[in-house]
Amino acid sequence: MAKTEAELTWKDLEMGCIVTEPGNASQYKSGDWRSQRPLFDSNKCIKCGMCYIFCPEGCVEQNAEGYFEANLFYCKGCGICARECWPGAITMVEEEE
Amino acid sequence: MEKYAIYVPRLLTKKEYFVPGHRACVGCGEALAVRLACKALGQNVIIANATGCMEIVSSQLPYTSWRVPWIHTIFENTAAVASGIEAGLKVMMRKGRRPEKDVNVVAIAGDGGTSDIGLQALSGALERRHNFTYLCFDNEAYMNTGIQRSSATPYGASTTTSPAGKVSIGQFTWKKNMPAIVAAHGIPYVATACHSYPFDLMAKVEKAAATGGPAYVHILSVCPTGWRCPGDLTVRIGRLAVETGMFPLYEVEDGKYKLSLDLPKLRPVEDYLKLQGRFRHLSEEIVAEIQRRMDKEYAKLKEKVV
Amino acid sequence: MAKRVGMEVSVAVAEAAGLADTDVVAAYPITPQTHIVEHLAELVANGDLDAEFIPVESEHSAMSACLGAAAAGARTFTATAGQGLELMHEVLYIASSMRLPVVMAVANRALSSPLSVWGDHSDAMAVRDTGWIQIFVENGQEAVDNVLCAFRIAEDHRVLLPVMVHLDGFYLTHVIEPILLPERKEVDKFLPKNNYPLPLWPDKPVTMGDFAPPIIYFETKKAQEVNLRASKEVILQYWDEFGSSFQRYYHPVECHECDDAKVLLLTMGSFSETAMTAIDKMREEGKEVGLVRLRLWRPFPLEELRQAVKNTEVLIVLDRAISFGGPGGPVCSEVRSALYTQDKKPKVISFIGGLGGRDITSAGFEYIVNRGIEISQTGSEQEFEIFGVRE
Repeated sequence: MAKTEAELTWKDLEMGCIVTEPGNASQYKSGDWRSQRPLFDSNKCIKCGMCYIFCPEGCVEQNAEGYFEANLFYCKGCGICARECWPGAITMVEEEE
Repeated sequence: MEKYAIYVPRLLTKKEYFVPGHRACVGCGEALAVRLACKALGQNVIIANATGCMEIVSSQLPYTSWRVPWIHTIFENTAAVASGIEAGLKVMMRKGRRPEKDVNVVAIAGDGGTSDIGLQALSGALERRHNFTYLCFDNEAYMNTGIQRSSATPYGASTTTSPAGKVSIGQFTWKKNMPAIVAAHGIPYVATACHSYPFDLMAKVEKAAATGGPAYVHILSVCPTGWRCPGDLTVRIGRLAVETGMFPLYEVEDGKYKLSLDLPKLRPVEDYLKLQGRFRHLSEEIVAEIQRRMDKEYAKLKEKVV
Repeated sequence: MAKRVGMEVSVAVAEAAGLADTDVVAAYPITPQTHIVEHLAELVANGDLDAEFIPVESEHSAMSACLGAAAAGARTFTATAGQGLELMHEVLYIASSMRLPVVMAVANRALSSPLSVWGDHSDAMAVRDTGWIQIFVENGQEAVDNVLCAFRIAEDHRVLLPVMVHLDGFYLTHVIEPILLPERKEVDKFLPKNNYPLPLWPDKPVTMGDFAPPIIYFETKKAQEVNLRASKEVILQYWDEFGSSFQRYYHPVECHECDDAKVLLLTMGSFSETAMTAIDKMREEGKEVGLVRLRLWRPFPLEELRQAVKNTEVLIVLDRAISFGGPGGPVCSEVRSALYTQDKKPKVISFIGGLGGRDITSAGFEYIVNRGIEISQTGSEQEFEIFGVRE
């Protein structure tokens, strides 16, 4: 597991502070930010993919059956997907955790 | 540009080059725009990024949200850094130190880093005709430092350095026409885009990257934090910006103007302004003034279209 | 076999960058550096140098473009002076902290206002905290040699730091001196191709230029300091290697008649040659004086300086820059600081002269030495003495 910034010593740093692991920000759980979460109703979902396209995080994924749902590790609960879903298959509910 | 391409979904790569786990605000339009632009650019790219929202949210040591080569130096020199990268690659390929490969050099900056502090470097790079693509992500203020006005802030918007007050209506100048300034350099491709029209945006970014010589795409990016609107309305507000004529979508190819979306009738600007807290203080007179000026600008644009 | 020819030093510096097979030159003209960039443009235009010459629109963009080129892995060279160096000031810090090996010739020039295109060290002193390796040269041959060494040092994987080669504006840039330009094949043997370890390239994506919150910023600065200090070893190694190949040896501190000197004069840059004449004359008159020339400015050569002055009683430092309101000239302040911790140290006397292209003749240096001796005996009300100003 990579060291967090609080643990890195000056010797651990790559020269020039270059980060050589592309996309390692994917370790960060931005899902902790949310105060509401999207509920996806596969009965109404027409698999158009607009929720996937409009997600600023890029965390809406297709499940095995091809229906869309949000990856809650990253989802910040902005509600754009719910707003843009044409058939109204997504609703935002209060985040309880 | 076929009309249907604006509406048809699911014709894009599933790969994310700007990975989730970045620290953009909830509902950030600019993050959405960058994510889409990166899908259009693909892996074969080197990005020079200015200081700003996208740079900060994506690159906190020791993390990075980027899956492509990416460099940030300072605020006002993106176009100059991109010039250096482009020249370096050109000569190294010529001398056989790098394989001959069509690598796109892309400069990314916000409205501050483009139309204000970065204008000199941009103008120089355009004039020297470097083969690169410049993407301006315009959220209409210096958002990263706390919503201060820029020359891209629209007339009447309240920002922290142009606040609405007893003797002020907010921003006192009309938004600087950056695409026109860039087009005046006579470069092969200039375009405006918005994340609310994702396929139009991606097609334009792809076209810009494929253009030999300098290309510029000006991308409106809704900022719920700075524009004081709910995070879920980001895409809707972007759409309204286009539908009211406040941010028309067009291309300028070798000096010829072409509208991407020729709407038969524009919606009243009020539909766009009333959703945003930064315009809440505006009186009816000012809104009418904005409508008049906007009509004039839109008419001027339509005159240029072939 | 290479021949010594008379050549304008600026042209020689450009030739050196050409011999090094520079890849990218991004420069903005400013007196007195103009002949360097003009000659480079000529070399590229005639196909004598296969490089990309980027005529940028300001010095800030010049250094920025150099950053981009170096990050892509290209061998990068630029030149500037005075106001230009100041305009790119913030970018200088970036080049060093991001470990990008750019080589820059600085035609030392006075800083405005009032505007002065003539030579002094104000611009060099203003950038001493930027983390660059800084080398001062005294004549045209040294300029050529150190530009070549600069590439070798900068691009070495143990260093990977940008290097400034300082030559006095007009006094060096615009004079014709006898220069021995090495042959291309000799340079190729000394200088391998640039091989930046982590360049920007799609096959192996890297992210450069992350921001650092307080939890980690300080660690990055310690790493930078350790690296700059450690670069001295590499500088000494390559100066030695250069000497073996070309029979001209360079050292961080050079001593002339220092062994039994009771009084030492310290100078930097082209003044050193004039000062040497004065010292030689005073030696003939029986005075036990000597000359210390500081060649390596950053990283500061602590051991070499302490060694050079350890047996002397008076050290007179001639600064060609002023730090307004400060306790002495910039070089003098650092020299005093370097010697403070030593048990045995000379009295250090501060002189400031030669600002804005004001010359100091050999007689002037004799005066400075004598006056310095006087001050060391009687003391002075002032912290430093300004030499050569009409009262």
